[in-house]
Amino acid sequence: MNLLRSSVFGRALAVVLLVLAAAARAQLSVEITGAGASRLPIAITDFGGERIVAQALVSVVRADLERSGLFRLIETGTAPLVDAQAPSYSEWKERGADALCGGTIQSSGDGRFETRFSLHDVARQTSLGGLAFTHGSGQIRLTAHRIADYIYERLIGEPGIFSTRIAYVVKNAGRYELQIADADGGNAQTALASREPIMSPAWSPDGSKLAYVSFEAKKPVIYVHDLASGRRHVAANFKGSNSAPAWSPDGRRLAIVLTKDGNSQIYAVNVDGSGLTRLSQSAGIDTEPRYSPDGQWIYFTSDRGGSPQIYRMPANGGEATRLTFEGNYNVSPRPSPDGKSLAYIARNAGRFQLTLMDLASRQTQILTDSAKDESPTFSPNGRMILYASEVGGRGVLAAVSNDGRVRQRLSVAAADVREPAWGPFNK
Amino acid sequence: MMQQRLTPFAFAFVAVLGLTACSSQPPAPEQNPAGVEDRTPGAIGGATSGVPVQTVTAEPFDPMSIAALKDPRSILSKRAIYFDYDSFVVRDEFKPLIEAHARFLVANPKMRLLIQGNADERGSREYNLALGQKRADAIRRALLLLGAREEQIEAVSLGEEKPRCMEASESCWAENRRGDILYAGEY
Repeated sequence: MNLLRSSVFGRALAVVLLVLAAAARAQLSVEITGAGASRLPIAITDFGGERIVAQALVSVVRADLERSGLFRLIETGTAPLVDAQAPSYSEWKERGADALCGGTIQSSGDGRFETRFSLHDVARQTSLGGLAFTHGSGQIRLTAHRIADYIYERLIGEPGIFSTRIAYVVKNAGRYELQIADADGGNAQTALASREPIMSPAWSPDGSKLAYVSFEAKKPVIYVHDLASGRRHVAANFKGSNSAPAWSPDGRRLAIVLTKDGNSQIYAVNVDGSGLTRLSQSAGIDTEPRYSPDGQWIYFTSDRGGSPQIYRMPANGGEATRLTFEGNYNVSPRPSPDGKSLAYIARNAGRFQLTLMDLASRQTQILTDSAKDESPTFSPNGRMILYASEVGGRGVLAAVSNDGRVRQRLSVAAADVREPAWGPFNK
Repeated sequence: MMQQRLTPFAFAFVAVLGLTACSSQPPAPEQNPAGVEDRTPGAIGGATSGVPVQTVTAEPFDPMSIAALKDPRSILSKRAIYFDYDSFVVRDEFKPLIEAHARFLVANPKMRLLIQGNADERGSREYNLALGQKRADAIRRALLLLGAREEQIEAVSLGEEKPRCMEASESCWAENRRGDILYAGEY
């Protein structure tokens, strides 16, 4: 009995050390620098069962919800809910919680765990349901993110993004790494390491691949990289420069920028590199293409009017319409997942700032007060915009909500982080 | 240094690019003030007994040879062309350099070169890649007008990704607004 207990304990400890080690190695650290105006008070009680593993899991759930800027965590003490199915609503109402979550983690003996939780609306004294997962010890963070996603969706009314992933490039001492991490910066893994620059990573719509530009051939070449297998192929290596890949929403085509016919112009190509067609025809620079979510349009940057501005053209090419008119430098257009707004970088009095345009009214809002914003990327639920910025001369990632209220900063000690790309929903 | 002559190439160059005479060479190293004698013993060199003498063999210098590409006596060893802010016009001062490389490509039709355009760090990385391309392309077109052939030249951009100078200062940004010429085997 004692032996069994100690071995269960030992395994649990090993799992926790694994999670903590991943957190320590996860070079991205997150700092919350602003929160929503009204935050929903929620109590996430410690889970019962395998207490040590449960603590690791619950801490990730709490951190996810707190980081979203939409929740305020209520002090719960360390006692698990006596009955996670039918808690004492009046007690939690007294403690100030509007919502309550409790659960358990049980070891199923073969190194796997069964995790259950339930969510409650304290004010209405009703259950908001729950889920059960069976998972391995390597999936504790993922399970925690999925629980946070459930809570977020039930209480906020839109899908959560805690179980999604982000890609970004780290530059450190002349070495470039294309890394993939959980949306909270944890669990970072390197997909590609190179002595030459890497830029413009773009997720395939199914989240299995990244297209990016690598300079390993001493010139910009577009690669498509399957993340699970590590296999990659050249999608475009024409004479001149090959850059700015963007996936069509059906995942079959890439809009790309080539210079084989002179200036940078927009083309489309099948993901395997076949079927090249030219989409833009201008005497100047056309670059940074992005498909609209419905696949009808391509947004892009062009200097055809004398300064870089944002335009839109039909996805198969054709006449372009100019969208930005304020200032003489508007670049890096990114349509929101619902297609209703456009994030981009505008230069205002020498400062490069993340800006959001409502496409129907053409009203714009500057979302940041920084000076070197680059490369915006929407979370798949459209709520947050991740972008590259600079603090103290070092590249960092920052995120801001689409109303400008919630702010986070993700940085890596002693390294430059840049070129973020937020992946799709984890299906 | 090569003698400066106005060749037919040069005429074509001036006519086509409409170059202005404005020159902003990087400042030359300051000269020693005249009239000050250096009296340190080492400066007397070979006149002092016991100081070894280096032998130099005088070899004829062929300005069109491949060896000339790396010979500091040859203008072909100069490879960097600088641009003004937001500009894609090859400045007058780089005319002799581009003429020399064009002559070399004409004389050596099997030689291939890569032009890498660069941009300073401000603004969008992809847009800066396009700006670097415009600079590389300006150099490419100048070489083509002077007789080099399309298949000898590839113009690409490194954008702001490979800055030679890392500070956020005007002089540093100027250093990074640059096109570099690299011959096959050098990249």
